[in-house]
Amino acid sequence: MNWITNYVRPRINSIFSRREVPENLWTKCGGCGTMLFHRELSENLNVCTNCGHHMGISPRDRFYSLFDGGIFTEVAVPEPIADPLQFRDQKRYPDRMKAAQKKTGEAEAMLVAEGEIGRTPIVAAAQDFGFMGGSMSMYVGNAVLAGAERAVEMGRPFVLFSAAGGARMQEGILGLMQMPRTTIAVQMLKDAGLPYIVVLTHPTTGGVTASYAMLGDVHIAEPDALIGFAGARVIEQTIREKLPEGFQRAEYLLEHGMLDRVTDRRAMREELITITRMLMGLPPAIKGDLPAPSETEALPAPDKG
Amino acid sequence: MTHYLDFEKPLAEIEGKAEELRAMARSNEEMDIEEEAAALDRKADEMLVELYKGLTPWRKCQVARHPERPHCKDYIEALFTEFTPLSGDRNFAEDEAVMGGLARLGGEPVVVIGHEKGHDTQTRLKRNFGMARPEGYRKAIRLMDLAHRFKLPVITLVDTPGAYPGKGAEERGQSEAIARSTEKCLQIGVPLINVIIGEGGSGGAVAFATANRVAMLEHSVYSVISPEGCASILWKDAEKMREAAEALRLTAQDLKMLGVADRIIPEPLGGAHRDRETAIASVGAALSAMLGELQGKSPDDLIKDRRQKYLSVGSKGLAA
Repeated sequence: MNWITNYVRPRINSIFSRREVPENLWTKCGGCGTMLFHRELSENLNVCTNCGHHMGISPRDRFYSLFDGGIFTEVAVPEPIADPLQFRDQKRYPDRMKAAQKKTGEAEAMLVAEGEIGRTPIVAAAQDFGFMGGSMSMYVGNAVLAGAERAVEMGRPFVLFSAAGGARMQEGILGLMQMPRTTIAVQMLKDAGLPYIVVLTHPTTGGVTASYAMLGDVHIAEPDALIGFAGARVIEQTIREKLPEGFQRAEYLLEHGMLDRVTDRRAMREELITITRMLMGLPPAIKGDLPAPSETEALPAPDKG
Repeated sequence: MTHYLDFEKPLAEIEGKAEELRAMARSNEEMDIEEEAAALDRKADEMLVELYKGLTPWRKCQVARHPERPHCKDYIEALFTEFTPLSGDRNFAEDEAVMGGLARLGGEPVVVIGHEKGHDTQTRLKRNFGMARPEGYRKAIRLMDLAHRFKLPVITLVDTPGAYPGKGAEERGQSEAIARSTEKCLQIGVPLINVIIGEGGSGGAVAFATANRVAMLEHSVYSVISPEGCASILWKDAEKMREAAEALRLTAQDLKMLGVADRIIPEPLGGAHRDRETAIASVGAALSAMLGELQGKSPDDLIKDRRQKYLSVGSKGLAA
């Protein structure tokens, strides 16, 4: 990787992806049924302008709105061996991978980047539920490790946005082994005394919840996000009773002491800035427009401009 | 009365016939059936060899779940002395799906922790079929801390269909409990060795099996999801569990190849349930051997060794 692929390409992509006209200009809100115009929706971070329902957002779009000026540098993730088990269900695993890559335009289910939020340098990782249900594969494990290692190297906080159905079945036991592997990544951050903040987004379940998503220094969830270990259907079949309203939703977990906060996506950036700055012992962020950095200012990570 | 698995039906018939003959002979002394019965025995033995020679992954799952297979409690009672169970998570409850406590192995004090499934209706209910709730994992965390403080090796025996999918378990943080247990496994500065004695069911198994050394009994399984669960998701048909078991690569042999299991403990012909004593003794020998391998390592080295094992898992795939 060089600066062209790291820096220029994400920016070029960002320019183009904004110009692209989606085939479907209108999206129906899953919460209230309102038809939302695509531009309005994406400006509102895929949150319904009418009812506040949070829809899925791709890691790349999330990073455009998270980092100062939408600028970030991707952190390289070591490629694991492809299709380690030669897994085949009704489809071959490599075919499922290709379909997911085509659908999302991403290589895998997690994107790792470094950049600044409110002039606070961080490393962030975001899981892509649109990519095979965000499932935890060897690549995802490597991505969490790469993010943690980079954060330790740079002495930065690590912010992780989780979204997954669980471990990737097509990688069998090697998917499951990402539970201890990602736990090691969290330990690296703890050993280095760096904050690890988890933002749990809809949905975060299974082995992901039972490893890195529940080991944060601070747990923040997006409103109404489904968070749990076992699926609601499995639980209902086991205990043979109906589950209460809102079971396994963010607000329910907050009530049961599993989360620190439930925060609207549109307020998330500010909140992350506030928390990371306090944990890093930095002065409060300057609110409002920041002055453009001067030409001579030599920042290791790209900032505005 | 032996419990036969579906693929053992032909065997059940032959063994049943031999048993019938012998019963008849007992009530009628003039009958000489020994020769015939012995012939049936030989036939049964041959069939057993044949059946167990190339068990399919699904059949291995069935053997791993066999109700008469030795369970955690059997191993603890036979292999350890002075077993002193310790209970409770100090927060909410005692979870009897997880056994744990102090014990001596070969005279040396250790901490032993494992899932116990129970052996009849009453004990199965009491043990919740080996499906731990958050309290079980939190008890294990407490015991691992104890072991760390008093420098005792930890031995874990895994045999669980998975963590319990219940309302209360979710409310009390099943995920967090599993995550913390896995984390604790990686933190303790004492040898941690694990044997998968039956079913290694997903996250519920990882929480105990993140060890310096992992051994698996020959017919045990360890998987990201049950074959039935996988089949119902990927094949949209739970009846495709045979195909799913095949695809998941969940056998001890595959896991050894993938670098997850470090050793395979051979089982007696026909599975551990056919000769429990031999199976238990083999596990005992493997435990001593694995503890021996880690002897003399410093706490830091043990932690590093564990990290290294998991960081390098999967680097080879099945091609190795």
